[in-house]
Amino acid sequence: MIYREAGQFKTTYRADQAVFPILQDRVALLLILLGAYVGIPMFASEYLVVAILIPFLILSMAAIGLNILVGYCGQISLGTGGFMAVGAYAAYNFALRVPELNLIVVFLLAGGATALVGILFGIPSLRIKGFYLAVATLAAQFFLDWLFSRVQWFTNYTPSGSVAAPPIRIFGYYFGSPAERYLLALLLVTIVALVAKNLVRGRIGRSWMAIRDMDIAAEIIGIRPMFAKLSAFAVSSFIIGISGALWAFLHLGAWEPLAFDINRSFNLLFMIIIGGLGSILGCFLGAAFITMVPIALNQIPAMLGVPISTATASHLELMIFGALIVFFLIAEPHGLARLWAVGKQKLRLWPFPH
Amino acid sequence: MERTRPIGDVLLQVDDISLSFGGVQALSGVSFDIRRHEIRAIIGPNGAGKSSMLNVINGFYHPQQGRITFKGQTRRRMRPHETSSQGIARTFQNIALFRGMSTLDNIMTGRLLKMHRNFLWQALWWGPAEREEIEHREHVERIIDFLEIQSIRKVPVGQLPYGLQKRVELGRALAAEPELLLLDEPMAGMNVEEKEDMCRFILDVNDEFGTTIALIEHDMGVVMDLSDRVVVLDYGRKIADGSPDAVRGDQKVIDAYLGVSH
Ligand SMILES: Nc1ncnc2c1ncn2[C@@H]1O[C@H](COP(=O)(O)OP(=O)(O)OP(=O)(O)O)[C@@H](O)[C@H]1O
Ligand SMILES: [Mg+2]
Repeated sequence: MIYREAGQFKTTYRADQAVFPILQDRVALLLILLGAYVGIPMFASEYLVVAILIPFLILSMAAIGLNILVGYCGQISLGTGGFMAVGAYAAYNFALRVPELNLIVVFLLAGGATALVGILFGIPSLRIKGFYLAVATLAAQFFLDWLFSRVQWFTNYTPSGSVAAPPIRIFGYYFGSPAERYLLALLLVTIVALVAKNLVRGRIGRSWMAIRDMDIAAEIIGIRPMFAKLSAFAVSSFIIGISGALWAFLHLGAWEPLAFDINRSFNLLFMIIIGGLGSILGCFLGAAFITMVPIALNQIPAMLGVPISTATASHLELMIFGALIVFFLIAEPHGLARLWAVGKQKLRLWPFPH
Repeated sequence: MERTRPIGDVLLQVDDISLSFGGVQALSGVSFDIRRHEIRAIIGPNGAGKSSMLNVINGFYHPQQGRITFKGQTRRRMRPHETSSQGIARTFQNIALFRGMSTLDNIMTGRLLKMHRNFLWQALWWGPAEREEIEHREHVERIIDFLEIQSIRKVPVGQLPYGLQKRVELGRALAAEPELLLLDEPMAGMNVEEKEDMCRFILDVNDEFGTTIALIEHDMGVVMDLSDRVVVLDYGRKIADGSPDAVRGDQKVIDAYLGVSH
C-alpha cells in the first residue's frame, strides 16, 4: 500500500521522461545516496570499504561501459579486461611522463586513449557479428595482454613488470585514507552512471538499441550503422578505460598485466548478464552480486558451523555463476534488474493482484 | 474521392530498372512514375518483384541497370540511410520493428534524423537536449493519437499482437515526416476490422499530411478503394499501368492472376 503512484499524475512529458518518475523511488534514491556519501564514510569498517565497496564501485563502472556495448548496442565483447588494462597503463604513463597533469585529466586521457583503442578493435564489427566478433575481441584481449607484458616501455622498464600508481593527489588534496578513495570512486561512478543514463535514454541510445534490435531497419530509418557501432565502442571503451585506471590507482595500487587478463573480461560479462543486459541499474546489481557471492561463500558456511575450504568455495562460486548465467540467458535476459522491476510492479498492485 | 490536395507533378520516376540475383531476374526494364500526393498501388502475383521494387527505391538493393529520379534529381547509387534523409520512409512486409524497445521509443527512433543535439549536450541532458527530446516527443504523441495507440505507448513492441505491430511500424515511418512513404503489404494477415482501420489511416495520412504513398497490396478490394493509379508487375516485368478500373479490366492482368502460361 505504501509503494503507489496513485495521485502522482504526470502532466508534462518532462515528468514522464524522468529517470525515476515515481516519488517513492526518488526518495529511496536520495536515501541511498545519503547513505553512500555520508553514512558509509563515517561508519563503515576499513575492511568493508577496501575489500568490498571500492572494488564494487569500480566494477560497476566497468560494467556500465560494457553494458553500453553489449546490452544497448548488441555488440559482443570479450576484450574488457584488455581495455581496462589500456586505461590503467595509459593513466600510469600519463602520470609518470607528464607529472604536472591533474589526476582527473589523467583519468580522462586514459579514457580517451582507451576509446581510440576501442574504436580500432571495433572496426571488425562493421563486417562481422556474433561469434566472429566475439573471437575478434578475444584476439584484442590477448594482443593487449601480450603488449603490456612484452613491450617494456609501457611498464617503464621495471624489471618485474609490476608498476605502482602515484599517490592520489587532486587539486593539492591527498586522497590517502580508504574512505577518501572510496568517496572519489563513488563520485566518479555517480557521474558516469548519470552520463550513461542520459545517453541511453536519448537519441544516441536509441540509435544503439535500433542497431541491436534490427540493424537493417535501423539503416533504413536513417541510422548510419558505422557511426552507431563505433560510437558505442568509443563510449563503452572510454568508460571501461577510466574504470581500468581507477582499478589500478584506487584499488590495486601496484599491479601486473595479469590483473587485467581474460578472467576479468568474463567476470564483467557475467555481471551484466546476471544484472541485466540493457540496464544501468543492472550494472550495479550485477557487480554487487558478483563481488558478494565469493565473500558470502567464505563466511556463511563458517557461520553455520560447516566451514568449507577455499578451493571448494571457489568451485562452488563457479558453479553458482554458471547455473545463474544459464538461467538468466534462457529465462530472463534482462537479469536482476528485470526481476526488480517485476517485483516493484507487483508491489504497486499489492495487495490487490489486479 | 474528395481530395484536399490535388495530385501534382512527378515526385519519383524509375526508368528501365533491371535487377537480378544470380540467375533470378527479379525486375526487368521496369519504368513508372509516382506523382505528388497520390496513392500508387503496386500489385502482382507472388514473386512478381514488388518488394524488390521498393527495395530499389529506398536504396536497399542496387539495380544493375536503370535510373531513379527523385524530386527532379537523378540520383547516384545510394544507401538506405541516404534515401531516408532525402524523405523516403517505409514499412516492411515482415515487420521490422525494434522488438526490445517500447512503442514510444520505436516511433521516437523514426525522428532520429531530425534530432541534432550533439553528444555532449546529450550526455548532459538538462537544457538543450531535454528541450529537443520534448519537442520531438510532442510530435510523436500526435502520431500516437492519430494511430490510436495511446494505451500501448510504454509496451515493448515484441509483446504486441501482429496488427498493432503493423500500426506501430507505420507510426515509425510517419515520424520521419516522409515525402514518399513505401508500404509493403501493410494489411497482410489482418482481420477485416484491422484492415478497415489501416485503410482509414492510409487515406488520412495521404489526405491530412499530403504524403505520397506507394502501396503494395494483395487485397484487390483495398487496392481499388485506395489507389489513384496502379502498376502491375508479373515475373519482374510491368504488364499494366493505369487507373484501378482500367487495370482491373486488362486481359494481361487477368491472365497473370489466373496463372495463364506465358
Ligand atoms: N535478396 C534476394 N536474393 C535472392 N533472390 C531474391 C532476393 N529478393 C528477392 N529475390 C527474388 O526476386 C523475385 C521477386 O521477389 P519479391 O520479393 O520482390 O516479390 P514480391 O512481388 O514482393 O512477392 P510477394 O508477393 O511474395 O511478396 C523472387 O523470385 C525472389 O525469390
Ligand atoms: Mg513482397
